[in-house]
Amino acid sequence: MLKMTHLSKVYRTEVVETYALRDFNIDVKEGEFVAVTGPSGSGKTTFLTIAGLLETFTGGEYHLDGVEVSHLDDNARSKIRNEKIGFIFQAFNLIPDLNVFDNVEVPLRYRGMKAPERKERIMGALERVGLASRAKHYPAELSGGQQQRVAIARALAGSPRLLLADEPTGNLDTQMARGVLELLEEIHREGATIVMVTHDPELAARAQRNVHIIDGQVVDLAEDPRFHTAYVAAAGQVRG
Amino acid sequence: MFGYYIQLGLRSLRRNPMLTALMVMAIGFGVAASMITYSVFRAVSGNPIPEKSSQLFVPQIDSWGPGQNEKGEPPGAFNYVDAMALMRAHQASRMALIYKVMLSTVPHDANSVPVSAQGFAVTSDFFPMFDVPFLYGNGWNAAEDNNRAADIVLTAEFNQRVFGGANSVGKNITLSGHDYRVVGVARHWDPSPRFYDVWAEDGFDNQPDFYLLLNRALDLHTDNAGRNSCRGTISYNGWDEYLQSNCVWLMPWVELDTASDAARYLRFLESYSVEQQRAGRYGWKPNVRLRDVTDWLEYREVVPPESRISLVVAVCFFFICLVNTVGLLLAKFMRRAGEIGVRRALGATRHEIYAQYLVEAAAIGLAGGALGLLLTVVGMSGVGLLFAPEIARLAHVDLSLVGLTLVAAIVATVAAAFYPAWRAAQVQPAWQLKSN
Repeated sequence: MLKMTHLSKVYRTEVVETYALRDFNIDVKEGEFVAVTGPSGSGKTTFLTIAGLLETFTGGEYHLDGVEVSHLDDNARSKIRNEKIGFIFQAFNLIPDLNVFDNVEVPLRYRGMKAPERKERIMGALERVGLASRAKHYPAELSGGQQQRVAIARALAGSPRLLLADEPTGNLDTQMARGVLELLEEIHREGATIVMVTHDPELAARAQRNVHIIDGQVVDLAEDPRFHTAYVAAAGQVRG
Repeated sequence: MFGYYIQLGLRSLRRNPMLTALMVMAIGFGVAASMITYSVFRAVSGNPIPEKSSQLFVPQIDSWGPGQNEKGEPPGAFNYVDAMALMRAHQASRMALIYKVMLSTVPHDANSVPVSAQGFAVTSDFFPMFDVPFLYGNGWNAAEDNNRAADIVLTAEFNQRVFGGANSVGKNITLSGHDYRVVGVARHWDPSPRFYDVWAEDGFDNQPDFYLLLNRALDLHTDNAGRNSCRGTISYNGWDEYLQSNCVWLMPWVELDTASDAARYLRFLESYSVEQQRAGRYGWKPNVRLRDVTDWLEYREVVPPESRISLVVAVCFFFICLVNTVGLLLAKFMRRAGEIGVRRALGATRHEIYAQYLVEAAAIGLAGGALGLLLTVVGMSGVGLLFAPEIARLAHVDLSLVGLTLVAAIVATVAAAFYPAWRAAQVQPAWQLKSN
């Protein structure tokens, strides 16, 4: 579903080159639920924005659903984002002056979908996240957990093949976070591919597979001697 | 998507109401200033008879000679001798002679006092040449010109004053002691500028009350109330000598259907001048002109300079308002960089973002146009402060000005939004979403 090979992302200024990703390799199969972890500044979010075609990369290859995306123009990238990818952000990123219904409608509008089909999909997505009764509410009238559910409904409404979640529970309390996570697990069980960036080891442990990024590269914690001790400690904490 | 963009644009008007109000006011004041001055400029510079302006010509013959003509240009009217000679020559499809007269009359109701009335003494072709519309009756024909009939055509406004608006055809009217028979009542017809009279007047003074038969006016020695221009020692004594003098006062117009007809008529004017030279009337080489309506108005510099200057100043003011609007739009759009990032992430292309913000600018332009329209209507009452009364009265709001105000406001605002919308479309979604 998502395969990056020797991918690099370099931010250049007049005096310095900064590698956000370097020789980055990852292969996420269709239907997988992968958690991407790593310390702050390790390149997790850069990976996610490149994966979501929100940003270009400097070198290497990226195949998304079998298509090499490096040469696609803005229109083609936008179309893929719209049709194949759903985004869930830590800050929810709902549009404040659109109500819940209109927020969920945004990606469907850009798909050129007819009004009756849009309505059916929006209400279906809102029912799924338990917020159909709040369709006319504005984001400011909802709790954080409800806002994140709306964001998930917006991501689901377009039936994407790939869900990219950036710290989806980062702004939520424990109870709300648990609800959102259960929702993601349910979506995954129904066949969606999910790639979730998180700091939270507990959250990461709920995924099928963990990918750890350090200094812009994917590392195997269990095998790499530099991180072995830390890995064992972290694994013990999660089990405990 | 257009409907969606309109919906978003209208919703956005309510967001940042202060910023929106500032932009709407800037556009409203700018467009209103432009439209008020444009309405004056339009009235004084428009083509007064577009359907025939290229077929109607003013012939000019230099009857004064190089020492006394108008800086090389022949005089703008004819003396009596030349005017009558050209009328007799019948070299144009139609030809009209015109001069201004001022008379007085007593309205038909019992208690009225005499009122002065101004009009033109004209030949019969005046009416068909200039497509004068009639409410009742018609003009007169060439035979009646020759018979020197006491015919008169009233304007609808004068007919209202004198006959209460009734069909007065066949009735008599006494003007300055002489009786005239009403043969027609013209519908409201007041071309602006009054192109057929811009040699004698500025073309914007009060509209005439009547048109009477020129030969009859000449027979009655009806004085010319318009411009009279003579050269050398003025030695004529009495009406007949005045007619033989070098004074120019009869305004000639000819109708020529094609360019070749016009070229042929110009040659005729030259040969007429040569003839006059041979006859000893002119001591100089032919110097003739043939100008159509547009050229004639330009030559006569009919458009008052203050109308042009005020329009330029107003357009500059509008431009400054738009420059301010660019800044305000930029601020308004870039405050929503986060939303733009979200829309891009959800599948909006750069073109779609660009289109959305241009439509939003159009919505602001429409609101600015509506305010501008209101200010234009209010501002029309102040036109008299800038222009002479006869010019100021021409400024008015009609459907075309309403449309132009709205279109100008929308187009200008959309143009002002090109750069802010482009900047909005360039927002990098990744940066916005990371920074959130």
